This record gives sequence, structure tokens and C-alpha cells, in this order.
Amino acid sequence: MSTGSADLLSTARALRAELGEGLHDTLVEALYTDAARLADRAVTRPGERPRFDLDRTLDRLLTSRTWGFPIMGLLFTLVFWITIAGSNVPSSLLATLLVDTLHPALKSGADALGVPWWLSGVALDGAYLATAWVVSVMLPPMAIFFPLFTLLEDFGYLPRVAFNLDRLFSRAGAHGKQALSMMMGFGCNAAGVVSTRVIDSPRERLIAIITNNFAICNGRWPTLIMVSTLFIGSAVPAALAGVVSAAAVVGVAVLGVGITFVVSWALSRTMLKGQASVFSLELPPYRPPRILQTLYTSVIDRTLIVLSRAVTMSLPAGIVIWTISNVTLGGASIAEHLIDLFNPVGLLLGLNGVVLLAYLVAIPANEIIIPTILMLTVLSTGLTGVGQGAGVMFELESGSAIKDILHAGGWTTLTAINLMLFSLIHNPCSTTILTIYNETKSLKWTAVATLLPLGLGFAVTLTTATIARALGLV
Amino acid sequence: MNRTNDLSTSPATLADLPVGQAGVVAGLTLRGPERRRLLDLGLVPGTVVVAEMRSPLGDPVAYRVRGATVALRREQARAIRITLPDGDALDSTTPDIEEP
Amino acid sequence: MQETPVLPKPDALSSAGCATCPMNRHLARLGVNVDNWDYVVALAGNPNTGKSTVFNALTGLRQHTGNWPGKTVARAEGGFEFGDKRFKLVDLPGTYSLLASSVDEEIARDFILFGQPDVTVIVADATRLERNLNLVLQILEITDQVVVCLNLMDEAKRHGLMVDDRRLARDLGVPVVPTVARRGTGIPELLQAVHDVATGAVKLRPRRLRTTQNEALDKAVATLTAQIEAAFPGLPNARWVALRLLDGDASIERAIRDGSLGDLSRGERVAAPDERLRVAEVSA
Repeated sequence: MSTGSADLLSTARALRAELGEGLHDTLVEALYTDAARLADRAVTRPGERPRFDLDRTLDRLLTSRTWGFPIMGLLFTLVFWITIAGSNVPSSLLATLLVDTLHPALKSGADALGVPWWLSGVALDGAYLATAWVVSVMLPPMAIFFPLFTLLEDFGYLPRVAFNLDRLFSRAGAHGKQALSMMMGFGCNAAGVVSTRVIDSPRERLIAIITNNFAICNGRWPTLIMVSTLFIGSAVPAALAGVVSAAAVVGVAVLGVGITFVVSWALSRTMLKGQASVFSLELPPYRPPRILQTLYTSVIDRTLIVLSRAVTMSLPAGIVIWTISNVTLGGASIAEHLIDLFNPVGLLLGLNGVVLLAYLVAIPANEIIIPTILMLTVLSTGLTGVGQGAGVMFELESGSAIKDILHAGGWTTLTAINLMLFSLIHNPCSTTILTIYNETKSLKWTAVATLLPLGLGFAVTLTTATIARALGLV
Repeated sequence: MNRTNDLSTSPATLADLPVGQAGVVAGLTLRGPERRRLLDLGLVPGTVVVAEMRSPLGDPVAYRVRGATVALRREQARAIRITLPDGDALDSTTPDIEEP
Repeated sequence: MQETPVLPKPDALSSAGCATCPMNRHLARLGVNVDNWDYVVALAGNPNTGKSTVFNALTGLRQHTGNWPGKTVARAEGGFEFGDKRFKLVDLPGTYSLLASSVDEEIARDFILFGQPDVTVIVADATRLERNLNLVLQILEITDQVVVCLNLMDEAKRHGLMVDDRRLARDLGVPVVPTVARRGTGIPELLQAVHDVATGAVKLRPRRLRTTQNEALDKAVATLTAQIEAAFPGLPNARWVALRLLDGDASIERAIRDGSLGDLSRGERVAAPDERLRVAEVSA
């Protein structure tokens, strides 16, 4: 550096020492005084101020002690309900089209063309089927949930939600805006992680990212609902079955929220301790949302994102699943070997080898857990008359038929409960892991976000299994 | 009655300002990035602040500052010293305040 | 270079006159592929001012917009063509000020200072003008080439506010363009203003803070400014640099030490630093 520069810096330092502390304040004050003067000259409010201020009234209502929480609860319940109810029919239609109709059609077409069995197996039974499954389960809920969420967001309601819930989060060392990324996570965890961008402070952002996985994404609801209906609902009198199984699912979701707070609190006391963070939350004015415009762009954007994700993630997963089920080593398929390998640990955890293997190969997509489990169970138990062959995922219409298969695979009520718990508390799907890396650019924190839930999941299932065994229930 | 406020004995902070009342920023008692952030939002001495609404859980409180609405947690509000506009008392009635 | 006009999508510009206006024909939105641009335009502003909507209106990218403070990615880029010139548009993170108290502010400030955009468009919210002007005034201290986009004029109207953009333009000394970005109103005028500032067709007289009302500070600033101008002749914003040094701005000190401020004064464009969100800085 030149002497001119060196002199400059030392002069600056000397002057700073002389001037003392108030410098920054003085500067900002001067700027704001000027800003105020300019704004005063440019902005006028002609005539009387309207007596009724809609925005103010709305704000008082949405954050009031009596109405704030009920309205919040109502709105979010509505969003979830519309999503679940609205995606039922489209999902079955898609499944009928892609899985029940196109898949067999493609297979017979391949046979007609003389395509070798292994090629049509890998490509159609593996890659295509997995993708088709993910798309039909995932696409309709996403196409509904996100536009609804976006409408609330455009309107300006979401900062008010953060405002209402901030106290809970600050007690856990986090930020009220985490409520929003959590809500988003109930739609899709990858989107939830991206939405943590609204949190300015890196420390609080990391907490939100790491705990986002405890919000049950769309892909995991079907698993929870099915297992709950088959094993928990069926354990009570038929009249109560529906309510009880629904309550079990909601209970798991609420447990997820509780775990979010506990883990946030723990993180802020340990790994993320002592990082300075400045709370900031602005409540922007309400804006009338452009409903049609938003719906259009949101649906198109979301649809494209989901489709591309389905293709990039599920294709390879499907290939792996088919391959391990059909390639044999020493008399049994790789899958069977792995199941045997995992069984001891699986049973210890109150699960089994099939479940562990399914979760391993379905890292890319939670949606295919049940079909994969069913296929692997049939494969490993050698059941005949069910399923469509090795490596071909399937589901059945009849709940009792599914239950029979699972019983044959050694499932008990403990297995069902622990599956629900593990579904809640396990590593994020591969899309989410990649997203976390993109957002944090840190291998360390990505590893933490992946392994922490997994470790916790093992701990929780181990605990429940041990307790069940100790009590002689299993 | 003396028209100037008599808070010289008990300094009031933004945290003491009831909803609907206006205060004038006198100074900030914190340092570092927190202080800068508050200054950037316009909380320089002489600024009029109105407490707009309180979260149903009690914290944070939303304040109107220079035409924008900003939420501050209690520990932040406690670090902002205020005086009251002449003639007002720190009570819980809600006078018709003209917005800044 | 060949001009390839592409008609913008009908939903973006909905007012009747737009479709037939000659300016419209010249707006080609290039999406992300922008090589060989003529001018670089930075897009700055407070969080939640419709900045992303302006970005989308100009570039045709459907970057997600939402009524939520601080949503945009660290740095999004796009491009557009207007009046046979190609412009690269860089969307900076929304910030309340540039006095560098956060990563976002450093990114924005460094880009405007070192990236030396040909034009800086500052998107301001007409309903919260006072707070927004704080940033405008700060940016005017750093660069002359500014256009103020006074957005959300429809919201101002809804709240019963009348904003005199001409008055503001006179006071600030730079073009002020009222817009309703989500309807496309005012966008052609904005483009024209950007074009004019970039090509030097407008005379700018940006408002600079002449005094801080503090005598000691003013004297110190004057002394230091003179020294800076001597050490770095040709530096357009010596006074601002003086203020930053007195404020103890570490990155400006660094810029002096490593010579990048020297490069600036010689008119060389300095590359903007890597702006990844430094979450990794948070250590256990």
C-alpha cells in the first residue's frame, strides 16, 4: 500500500478517536432529518383522513387476544383441509392413468417389441413406476397447497402469523418467522428450507433449516394415514375407528411440532450457542392479492418443479429398487441379503429389515415407502398370488389385504407405531438434503441436518421398542 | 399544571408505552449491531413512535415508525428511551393520535 | 448488434396505449442469457417494495414475488433490450440502509460501489416514502447515476396519499418515475429513464448531504475528504469514503489497503466479491 494510503488510514483513525462514539448516530440522524423533509414536501394527504381504516382494523383483528389465534387456526386448518380433500380425486385419477393403465400398456408394448426382460424391468418396472407413483401422490397436493399459501403470503398475512407466534419461538431461541417455514414444510420440506430465507439472522435460519424436517411433508401423509387406519383404527371398535386413526395422525403431527421446539431450544443452547442475532420483523401493508394471476403462476411453477424433481430423484431410485430385487447373488436377491442384514437392528428398533431397507432406497422420495415395503415383504416372505413380481412396487385397494401381507412380514402394532414415529423423525429426502446444501453451502450443517433427525429417530424407536418389550407387550 | 412532561425522575422506555399512545424517541441504550439496526429503521432521537398493537401472546409489540410498522421484542423496546409529546401523560386511554 | 424485438407478454402491460406504443416494440426481455451487454443496471431498494415485481416486469423472469420482507435470493440477474441497447439487470437484496450492518447490506453496497453499475434503479414504496428515502439518500452519496422508481402508487392512492413525483425529482436531482409494477404502469417511462441515464442524455444533480449538523464531524469530514482526493484523484465519491472511514467501516479500510479503491479512482471496474450467504460463518 502506498504511503498516501497509509497516511490516510492513520488520519482517519485519529479523527475517529477524537470524535468519539456518537458519529454513526449523528450520520443516521442527519439522513433521516433530510428524508423527513423531502417526504413532507412530496407527500400530501388531501382532505379528511377516512374515519374507517381497513388495514388498521384488519391488523387489530388478526392479532387480537381473542380472535388472533382462532382465525389463524381456522385459516391453516382450511388450507390443509382443502389440500387433502382437493387432491384425493386427482391423485387417484393420476394413479389410475399412470400406474394402472399406462404401466401395463408400456410393458406389453415393450414385450411386443421384443425388449429384453431386464431392460423393460429396469426402465418400466423400476424407473417409470417409481416416478409415476411419486407424481401421482405428490403433484395434486402441491398444486393446491402452494397457491393457497402464496395467496396468504401476497395478501400480507404471513408476517402477522410470525408476529403472533414469536413469543413461543423466542423462548426456544428461534425466530417467529420459523413458524412460516414450518408451515411450508408441511407442504414440502425442500420448499420449507428455501422459505427460511426470510430469516435474516444466520443462526436462527440454521435452526429453522435443521428442524424443518419435523414438519410432515405431503409425501409422508399417505404413509401415516394408511398405517394408522390399518393398525390403530382397527384396534378399536369400528364406530371409533375413523376418529381414532385420524387423531393418531394429528397426534404425530403435533408431536413433530413439539420436537421442533425442543430441538430448536437444544440447538440454541449447544451447537448454535451464543451467536449474536438481531430480531427484525416488519409488518408490511396489506395488499389485495391478484388471485387469478397468482394461481396461474403458482400452479404452473409448482407443477414444473414437482415434475422435474420427480424425474430426477425417482428415476434412479426406481432403478435401484428394481435392480436390488432382481439381481441375485448366491441364490437370493441383493434385496433379500440386505433385509437379512438389517433385520437384527430393525427388530431391535421395533421395526424390521424390510422397513430399514425401504427407507434406505427411498431416500429420494418418501412417497414410495409403502409400495416398496409391500413389494419387499412379498419378496422376502415368498408370498405367492400377490404383487406383480420382484422389484415391482404395488399397492392394493383392500386394506385388509395389505394388512395380511404385512402380518406375513412379521408386523405387529409396535411395528406400526414405530413406523409412524420413524416416518416423522428420520433423515430428510434427498431433494431436501440437496436444497439444504444449496442454501447453506456448508457440508457440516448439511450433515447435521441429515443425521440429527436420523439419530433422533433411532433413539425414539429404540426407546419405545425397549419399553414395549420390558412391559411384555411384544 | 405544568405542560411539560414530568418523566425526568422516572425515564420511560418504549416498553412502557401503552397501545395507541405516541412517544418521542430520546435515545438508545444498546450498542453494536442491534443499535445500528434500530437506527436504520428510523428510531433516531426526535422520531415519533406509536404503539400499534400487541401480539396475543404479549410479545412482540408492533410500532409505527416513520410510516412503516415494525415489530420489536420487549428487550429491544426496553432499550429505547422515550419522552412523551407535550401535555400527554403515560396512561392507558387512547387519544386520537395523528400518524407520523 | 442485431435488434430482435420480442413482444412482452400481454399480462404484464395491460394499459390500452401500451400495445401500440413504439417504446413497447423495443422492449425485448431476454431472460437469463445475457452476454455482451451494453450497460449494467443495479436494482436496489428497501425490502418489500415490489422490487421483484419490477425485476420480473423488465426481464420476463418469473422470480417469485411475495408480500414478505426480504424474500429475494442473494443476487438474481437478468436482461432486457431497449432502444437498441442491451441491459444486464442485477437484483440486489432488499436492505434498509447501506451502512453495512449485515451481509445483505454489504452485498448491495459492494456491488454499487465496486461493481460500478451504469445505472442504479432504487425501488421505493410510495406508501412508506420517508423510510425509503433513507436508502435513496445513502445511495446518492455513492453514485450519481440513479433512477428512483416510485412503486406501489396504487396503494398510495388507496390510502389517500398523493405523492408529487416531480417535486421529489427536483429535490433529489435525479429522475423519479411513478409506477404500478404489477400492472406494468410506468414501466416504459422507467425504461426510458434508465436508458437516458445510462447514455448520459440526462443531466443529473444528485442531492448530497452538505452538513451533518455537527460542527466537529463536518470539519473532520472536510479534512479527510481533501486527503482522499489527493491520494485518489478521480474518485467521484470521496466525501462518502471519508464518512465511511470515520465510521470505522472495515471493508472500506480493506479496499484502501488492497488497492481496489485505487483501481476505482482510475475508473477500472472492480469485480464484486462472492456473495454467498455466509451461513458457514456461524461456528459451533
